[in-house]
Amino acid sequence: MNGAADLGGMMGFGPVVPEPEGELFHADWERRVLAFTLAAGAMGRWTIDESRHVRESIPPAEYLTSSYYAIWLRGLEDLLVNHGLVTRDELAAGRAAGRGEPVRVLRAADVAPTLAAGTPYTREMATPARFAVGDRVRTRTMHPRGHTRLPRYARGHVGTVVAVRGGHVLPDRNAHGGGEHPEWLYTVRFDARELWGEDADPTSTVDVDAWESYLEP
Amino acid sequence: MPDTSAARAAALEEILVEKGYVDPAALDAIIATYERDVGPRNGAKVVARAWTDPAYRARLLADATPAIAELGFGGRQGEHMVAVENTPDEHHVVVCTLCSCYPWPVLGLPPTWYKSAAYRSRVVIDPRGVLADFGVTLPASTRIAVHDSTAEVRYLVVPMRPPGTDDLDAAALADLVTRDSMIGTGLARVPGDPA
Repeated sequence: MNGAADLGGMMGFGPVVPEPEGELFHADWERRVLAFTLAAGAMGRWTIDESRHVRESIPPAEYLTSSYYAIWLRGLEDLLVNHGLVTRDELAAGRAAGRGEPVRVLRAADVAPTLAAGTPYTREMATPARFAVGDRVRTRTMHPRGHTRLPRYARGHVGTVVAVRGGHVLPDRNAHGGGEHPEWLYTVRFDARELWGEDADPTSTVDVDAWESYLEP
Repeated sequence: MPDTSAARAAALEEILVEKGYVDPAALDAIIATYERDVGPRNGAKVVARAWTDPAYRARLLADATPAIAELGFGGRQGEHMVAVENTPDEHHVVVCTLCSCYPWPVLGLPPTWYKSAAYRSRVVIDPRGVLADFGVTLPASTRIAVHDSTAEVRYLVVPMRPPGTDDLDAAALADLVTRDSMIGTGLARVPGDPA
């Protein structure tokens, strides 16, 4: 979707403000949001793609004026309500109306092995890759109402395949509970001038990881 | 609805615990993991090993996930790693314009600036301008390759080894590898530069 999260190429946000290496949180509540967002995700009720979609669906004026952990907080509230695990009334009251339904709960002893295991997103493909390294490809011009991982700035442009990454779960359907439908994933390199016009730095390139259905010969 | 993020976060945590959806001890364990155990010192060890061991460097650049696993690092948000190496001719910079994708097992949690609209919007269209915000100026002849992390592939930049470090061992070299140098918004420190 063309949401506020799709920021590449926008202007007016001012300079980037670097921070020291150890500075990860600016308030204790941010630590808590990180932790309970990961723990709630471990219930297994939604995919990483759905959680990204719920965040990109936050109204633009709110998204652009929220800190990142505030975006995560709003996103988790919406996921819990959408899945019937928490009600809007409970969020408004700030307390639970009763015990929830039985779920898979991440226990402290399982945190380290769960984080260390991760969640692989590669899948075996039954069909051969359509494109090979060196192929010129054009990204599709598309404006889906649902989730996609092809940024607006990279749509409808010609680039070169620089890597074939194997089969990967397709976020566009998985974000909506439509199943994994894995596709070949490619890294496509675009000259900056192809994306941004003749004022762009002629020596710069931008690589985007793009699923096969995002690409045309 | 509680009207600040702090109050809303506290309320939601209480709801999740009362509902039986999360274990409070697990929350503390998650925070401890990323504040204490998993951070950019992991990536610095990978880079220092690549600088000192040509065979390891070759494995890292060919297939980064198992090479990084050799040092004991892997898992969430690092399932599919790719390492890209800076040279005098090409400088790599990593971003996630769509959200905050970042290689957690080697760099830990992303810094606030990495998730900011300022960085995500501008580094793809004006990478040299963003590097200037970090005090980095590269020769005009150095190509800049920006990597937008739009899938589950996660990128680790191997910065150039600083001059004057021939007599340093891997542990001393790792101290020179900053987090930002592994994102591409910085360079590795020269010995004697402030940390």
